[in-house]
Amino acid sequence: MASAPSVESPVLEVHGLTKHYTVGRLGRRKVVHALSDISLSVKKGEVLGLVGESGSGKTTFIRTVLMLDRPTAGTIQVHGQEPVPMRPSLRRLREHRRRVQMIFQDPYSSLDPLHTVRYSVGRPLRAFGIVPRHEQKAAVEELLIQVGLVPAGDFLRRYPYQLSGGQRQRVGVARALAARPSVLLADEPTSMLDVSIRLSIMNLLLELRSSESLSLVFVTHDLAGAYYMSDRIAIMYAGHLLEVGPAAEVMGDPRHPYTQLLREAAPDPEGDFGRDTRFEAQGDPPDLTSLPGGCPFVPRCPFARSECETALPDWREVGAEHRVRCVLYDEPLTSGGRDA
Amino acid sequence: MLEIDRLSVGYGWTGRPVVTIVRDVSLTVGTGEVVGIAGESGCGKTTLALAATGLLDPPGRILSGSVRYQGTDLTSLSPQELRELRLTEISMVFQASMNVLNPVMRIRNQFLDAMAAHGVESSAEARKRAEETFDLVKIPRQFFDAYPHQLSGGMRQRAVIALAVVLRPKVLVLDEPTTALDVVVQRSILQSLNDLRRELDFGIVFITHDLSLLVEIADRIAIMYAGAVVEDAAAKDLYQRPRHPYTSALMEAFPPLGGERKRLEGISGQPPDLRHLPTGCSFAPRCPRAIAGTCDTIDPPAIRQDGGHLVVCHLYGEQEARVG
Amino acid sequence: MNVRAVLSNPRAILGATIIGFFIVIALLAPVISPYSPNDINFPIGLGPTWKHWLGTTAGGQDILSQLIWGTRASVSVGLLTGALICLVQLVTGIFAGYAGGLTDTASAMVTNVFLVLPALPLLIVLSAYLQGSGGSGSTPVLIGVITITGWAWGARVLRSQAIALRDRPFVEAARISGEGRWHIVLSHIVPNMLGIMVANFFGAALFAVLAEAGLEFIGLGNINTVTWGTMLYWAQNDEATLMGLWSWLLMPGLCILLFGTALGLLNFAIDEIANPNLRRD
Repeated sequence: MASAPSVESPVLEVHGLTKHYTVGRLGRRKVVHALSDISLSVKKGEVLGLVGESGSGKTTFIRTVLMLDRPTAGTIQVHGQEPVPMRPSLRRLREHRRRVQMIFQDPYSSLDPLHTVRYSVGRPLRAFGIVPRHEQKAAVEELLIQVGLVPAGDFLRRYPYQLSGGQRQRVGVARALAARPSVLLADEPTSMLDVSIRLSIMNLLLELRSSESLSLVFVTHDLAGAYYMSDRIAIMYAGHLLEVGPAAEVMGDPRHPYTQLLREAAPDPEGDFGRDTRFEAQGDPPDLTSLPGGCPFVPRCPFARSECETALPDWREVGAEHRVRCVLYDEPLTSGGRDA
Repeated sequence: MLEIDRLSVGYGWTGRPVVTIVRDVSLTVGTGEVVGIAGESGCGKTTLALAATGLLDPPGRILSGSVRYQGTDLTSLSPQELRELRLTEISMVFQASMNVLNPVMRIRNQFLDAMAAHGVESSAEARKRAEETFDLVKIPRQFFDAYPHQLSGGMRQRAVIALAVVLRPKVLVLDEPTTALDVVVQRSILQSLNDLRRELDFGIVFITHDLSLLVEIADRIAIMYAGAVVEDAAAKDLYQRPRHPYTSALMEAFPPLGGERKRLEGISGQPPDLRHLPTGCSFAPRCPRAIAGTCDTIDPPAIRQDGGHLVVCHLYGEQEARVG
Repeated sequence: MNVRAVLSNPRAILGATIIGFFIVIALLAPVISPYSPNDINFPIGLGPTWKHWLGTTAGGQDILSQLIWGTRASVSVGLLTGALICLVQLVTGIFAGYAGGLTDTASAMVTNVFLVLPALPLLIVLSAYLQGSGGSGSTPVLIGVITITGWAWGARVLRSQAIALRDRPFVEAARISGEGRWHIVLSHIVPNMLGIMVANFFGAALFAVLAEAGLEFIGLGNINTVTWGTMLYWAQNDEATLMGLWSWLLMPGLCILLFGTALGLLNFAIDEIANPNLRRD
C-alpha cells in the first residue's frame, strides 16, 4: 500500500449514506428507500459483520460504497482522504476501486465463462498497473497460491466450468486481492456454497485479514457466520442501521428488539424448539416504497411507543463502542439497562 | 407408519448404465414423529424423498427395496393408486414451492381443484376446510381469494403447506421448505408447522442441509452422504455424541451462536462423483480418521449402538454387535 | 454458442453450403469465367448454346460470364456492407446499451428515428439525391446508403442483449477490476453474445444484398459494373422478355433468391441455437 494510514483514522468511513431509486412508469412511480442514513467505519485489520435479512439494504450498501450505483446522499472516505465525489471522474473512480474491492455472492456467475482463471485474476493487475506486463503471470500465480489454489500452474489455464463452487469463489477472492485493496466488501460469499465448503472460505478470508492487514466487511444474513468472522457486528433492517457493537456483546446481549428477534430466530442446536420465545415473530419486513415514518421496526415491535412512530430514534450508547438506535435505552445505563 | 426398507434408486434409461443415486437406505417414520434427513447437495436426499412419495419420474427408477406405507408397498401401486394417496395420505412440500403455485390462478381455485380431485365434491365444504387450514398455518383468510403474487414469500410457503395438509395426510415430506426464506419467517413457519403437527398428528420427514436447525426441531436425524445413510440417531444424541466422522465434520461446519470463538475446520475435498464411487467407504478419501487398508477397500458395516443409534463406520466395527 | 449444434443443424448446413458455393464462385471468377463479362463481341440475343451456356445479352455479352463476375461483385458488396452495418451496430447498439446514460439515450433516439423511417423509400430517396439517376452512381455511395438505412433494426436487438449482459455479476466484477468501457464491451459483452451477433450479421447481409439488387435494378446503382442487380437492370431495360431471353432475367434473379435464402437460413438457424427460447425441441 502506498502510504501507511495512521493508527487512528479508519480505513473506510461512511457517513449518512442514503440511496433511493425510483421504479415504475410514468404516473405509477414509486421511490424505493433502499438505504437510509447509514454511518459506519471500519478500522485497519478489522472485520465488520453486516447482518440483515433480504430487503435490509446490505447488498445496496456494498454497491453504493463501491460506486456501482451512485448514492443519493452521504459520503464515503477511504484512509481519511477526500470523500469520493457524487459524480467521480473515471480516474477518481479507479483510485477508489484500487482500495475498495468486492467479493460476489454467486460463484457461478461472477466469473466470465469465456475467460481463463489467469485472465480473470490478471485483469486488475493490468488495469490498475500493479505490476509490469512481464511479471503478470508470476503475480497471478502468487495470488492463486495465496487463496489456496495449488498447484497454481494448473489453475491458470482452467475455465470456470472446470472449477467447483468453492474453487470459483477462491478465484473471485484472488481477483479482488489483485488490486491490492485496503478493504474487501464480501457480499454473502458463502451463502451459495455447500455447507462444508463455507468454513474454508471464511477461514481463508480471516487468514488474509491477518496476513495482509486487510479490513473486511462481511455481509450476511447468517448470524452464526457473522459471529464466527467478525470483530464488530452491525444490524440492518429495511435500509436502516439499528445496532452496532462488538460481536460478543451484540450476540450475547442484543439490545435492539430486532436484534433480539434475529438472535432467537436463528437455528440453535442448544435450543429447545417450542420453547417460549420472547415474542412471537409477527409480520414481514416493510415495503421499502412505503416506509412508516420513524423507526421501521415499529409495526413488529412489541415495545413500540408513540414516539417511535414520529421520528427515527437517535443513537444511544449502551456500552464500549456499542450503540443502539432505540428509545428503550434513553435511561442512563444501569446494571441491567433494558426493559422486559 | 412409513417404512423405507433398503431402498436403492437410480437414474438411467433401461439398457443404459444406471447411476445409483440412493444406495440401500432404510428409514422409518412413526405417527407424529419428526424425522430429519441432513446432507449436502448431491447426497441423494431429494431423490430419496421423490422415490418415497411415489413422485419419481423416469429416467429415475427404484432399483431395489421397498417403501411401505401402513403396510402397503408403494412401489407396487399403479400411478392411479399413487395419485389417490397423494395429498390424502402422503403429501410433499418442495423447496421454493412458491414457484409451484400457478401464478394466474387464485389460491382458492387451486385449493378447490386439488380437493375436488380427491373427492371433496361440494365447494362450500372444500372452502370451509381450506379456510380452517389457513387459520392453522396463520394466513389471514382474506388471502384465500388472492393471487399468489399478492402474497409475500413467507405467506406463499405457508399457503403451499396449507395445500399439503388440507386433506389431512398422515405423512408430510418437506424438502428444504424454508431455505429460501429469511430466518425470522423460517422460525415462524416452523412453529406453525409444529402446531399443525400437534393438532393433526402427522409424521414429518424434514430434508435440509441445515443440521443445526434439524437438531432443534427433529426427533430423529439421518445423515446422508453420497447416496447412503451414514448415521441415524435421536436428534439430541446425535448432537451430543456424533459417531461418524462426517457427522462431526458437518456439525462443526455450523459455527455456534455464542460462547468462545475458536477456529473451525471445514471438510477438505469434494463429495465423490456418484458414477465413480471409491471402493470401501465413500467418505474415506476425505475422512480425517480413515484407517488405511480398511476404509478404502472394505465397505463399512452398519453398527447399531446403545438404544437405536446407527452408524455406518469401520471405527465402531469390532466393538458392538452387527446389524443383520 | 455451441459450434457442434450449428454443425448439426440441417438449416445451417444448407445455408452454409449454398453460401460456400457462391463464395467459391466469387473467388474463382477469373479462373472459371469462360469470357470477360464486358466483351461485347458476341452475337446478340442468343439463347443457350454450347458456346454460351446461358446465351448472350442484347448487347452481345456472355450471360454466364456476367453471372460469374456478378456473383463476385454482389457477394462481396453484400457481405462487406453487412459487416459495415454490424460495425455501426456495435457502437450504436452494443456500446451504447452497455454505457447507458446519455450515450444510450441519444443513441436510442437516433435508432428509433431510423426505425420509423421506411427503409425502401429512404433508400431510393437517398440514392437518388446522392448520386442522381441515370445510373451514374458509385459503389461506395451505394454501400453507404444501404448501411445508413439498414443498421437500426439489428441495433435494437443487440442493445437489449448488451443491457442484459451488463447486469451480470462478472461484468460488474470487470468494472470493479478497473477495466475501461470499450475493453469490457469487447472482451466480456461481445464474446458472450457472439451467437446473436453472428445471426445478426447474416440478417444484415441479407438486407444488404436485397437492397443492393433492388437499387441497381431501378437504376440507382453503378450500371457500368456487372452485378446481379445491374444485370436485371439491363435485362429489363433492353426488354429481355420481349426478346425471349429468359435466362438473362431469370439467372441473376435466381442467384439473388438463392443467396438471400441461404443468408436467411443461417440467420434463423444460428439465432435459434444462440437463443434457447426459440428452440424447437
